[in-house]
Amino acid sequence: MTDLAAPRAAAPAARRRRPLLRFVLRRLAAAIATLFVVSILIFVGTEVLPGDAASAVLGRTASPEQLAEMRAAMGLDRPAHERYLDWLGGLLTGDLGNSAAGYAAGGESPIWDEIRPKIVNSFILAAITALLMVPLALVLGILAAMRAGRPLDHAISVSSLAIISLPEFIIGSLLILVFFSWLDVLPPVSLIPPGTSPLAEPKALVLPVLTLLGASLAASIRMVRAGMVETLNAEYVTMARLNGLAERVVVGRYALRNALAPSVQVFAQNIQYLVGGIVVTEYLFNYPGLGKELVDAVAIRDVRAVQVVALLIAAFYILINIVADLLVVLLVPKLRTQA
Amino acid sequence: MNAARLRFVRTPTGLVGSLLLAAVVAVALLGPLFAPYAPDEPVGVPFSGPAEGTPFGTDFLGRDVLSRVLWGGRSVLALAGLATLLAYAGGIAIGLAAGYSRSLLDPVLMRAADVMLSFPALLFLLVLVTGAGTSKAVLVIGVALVQMPLIARIVRAATLEQSVRGFVEAAVARGERTSAILRREILPNIAGPIAADVGLRFTYAIILVASVNFLGLGLQPPAADWALIISENRSGLTLNPYVILVPAALISLLTISVNLVGDAIARSLGISTARRRLVR
Repeated sequence: MTDLAAPRAAAPAARRRRPLLRFVLRRLAAAIATLFVVSILIFVGTEVLPGDAASAVLGRTASPEQLAEMRAAMGLDRPAHERYLDWLGGLLTGDLGNSAAGYAAGGESPIWDEIRPKIVNSFILAAITALLMVPLALVLGILAAMRAGRPLDHAISVSSLAIISLPEFIIGSLLILVFFSWLDVLPPVSLIPPGTSPLAEPKALVLPVLTLLGASLAASIRMVRAGMVETLNAEYVTMARLNGLAERVVVGRYALRNALAPSVQVFAQNIQYLVGGIVVTEYLFNYPGLGKELVDAVAIRDVRAVQVVALLIAAFYILINIVADLLVVLLVPKLRTQA
Repeated sequence: MNAARLRFVRTPTGLVGSLLLAAVVAVALLGPLFAPYAPDEPVGVPFSGPAEGTPFGTDFLGRDVLSRVLWGGRSVLALAGLATLLAYAGGIAIGLAAGYSRSLLDPVLMRAADVMLSFPALLFLLVLVTGAGTSKAVLVIGVALVQMPLIARIVRAATLEQSVRGFVEAAVARGERTSAILRREILPNIAGPIAADVGLRFTYAIILVASVNFLGLGLQPPAADWALIISENRSGLTLNPYVILVPAALISLLTISVNLVGDAIARSLGISTARRRLVR
């Protein structure tokens, strides 16, 4: 009898011993639940709303018989919940289905083969931008905060407020105008032959990266500055200054650490924001990535492809959130007991 | 509120922003009255540069760029404006309901908002277009839906704070109806946090509407729309840069001035928008 009672009594202790593991598991469970709801939303948005993938493939001239035949071939003649469960089952077992573009061409072409290289291309674009954004935002944001209220701060704050208001396609178009039309040093479209990595064509990457950097960097600078200004006004910072420590030490050793934790969430938000911006940027530069694939699929109403790409982007977005939460918890041990 | 109004006029960003905004809105609304040609009238060779009668040259179909730009501002303002109004109507209603009801309604509405915010706004719009097709109604409703959760969150937080105040409890004790309490007691007291956000929400409504139009998934040709003009003339950028520059400048001026005005409103209310979440 005592054998049975012992594990129960030990459970709370184990809970206390592994707070980090529990935290990660809980976040993962919440993420999977969210992704499940998102998958339903995507399915309902694309398949249950009026509009029909078969007629999108065949065009307006199709006869009712042809339509019925295509609907049967694409599996559209079954009830919605059955199709959803089928699709979900396929996703979980790695079968993403065939694209409508393939049906239009007369055969079946698996979506996975089409999007695999594009995932890599988009990831490269986002990773380079993020790697440039984080240090630049930290330096400029902290600089503005240290000079709060002085000309340098005003220059950084006003220009970031202006840039933050610009859509990516405007920033990108203006960059093309300057660097292609006038200076003729960079290409206006990212010509990356299928099968080669964008890293082999560094010139093609410059303008897309700069475009994405524009809006996300400006937003991060504003947020880092706000956090740093708040920290610099804290009592312990005043105390450190009163003790006669050099400003360099006050900022570097005391303020920075405490401003860093909120900054991680700021960067997570802006990397997520980048995920949205990447769609427009890839379309503008004809960059062969997931975003361009998504826009093309929406334009021809390739429902299967839209569903898969949208779910992939949503999954990536949610993943960034978990990673950011984890980083914050690692930086601030106090938070491990909460959430 | 009067002191805040005074502070707003005194901030340089508020003044500059208001003047710029008035200028762009005037161009957008009154432009068609001054357009020399109809927006779909071919007047010359495609992508020709500035000439007599066509100061900004022609576009890819040989239409007058100046005339198309003068016609193309109304759609941006109308679609983004309608979407923002709809977002606020829905967001305030949801936020009040969630914040004031001490029932299951609150967590249910807020979890729904969390799900909406768990993927990019543009992705939501593209999924919606795939299912419902390209139309103005889809664009307006879609942009309103992605903005609603953020507004609802702010309204809910402000409502929670107010609903425990003495004057609200007094109104409850007087036996007033819930709708009257929300309208007369709570709404006037949460106007500040709501107003602080309007500029940012309108800016992102404009950016989203323009981005979807740019992707070719919103308004369809031959509509004259600033974002669509940029999109359809990209290939002629080198031949006639004005066809890109002029609409790009107008969209930029519009979003920058709206953001400046919004920032000045927030500052004059003593609220910082630097950490407000962006939507795209």
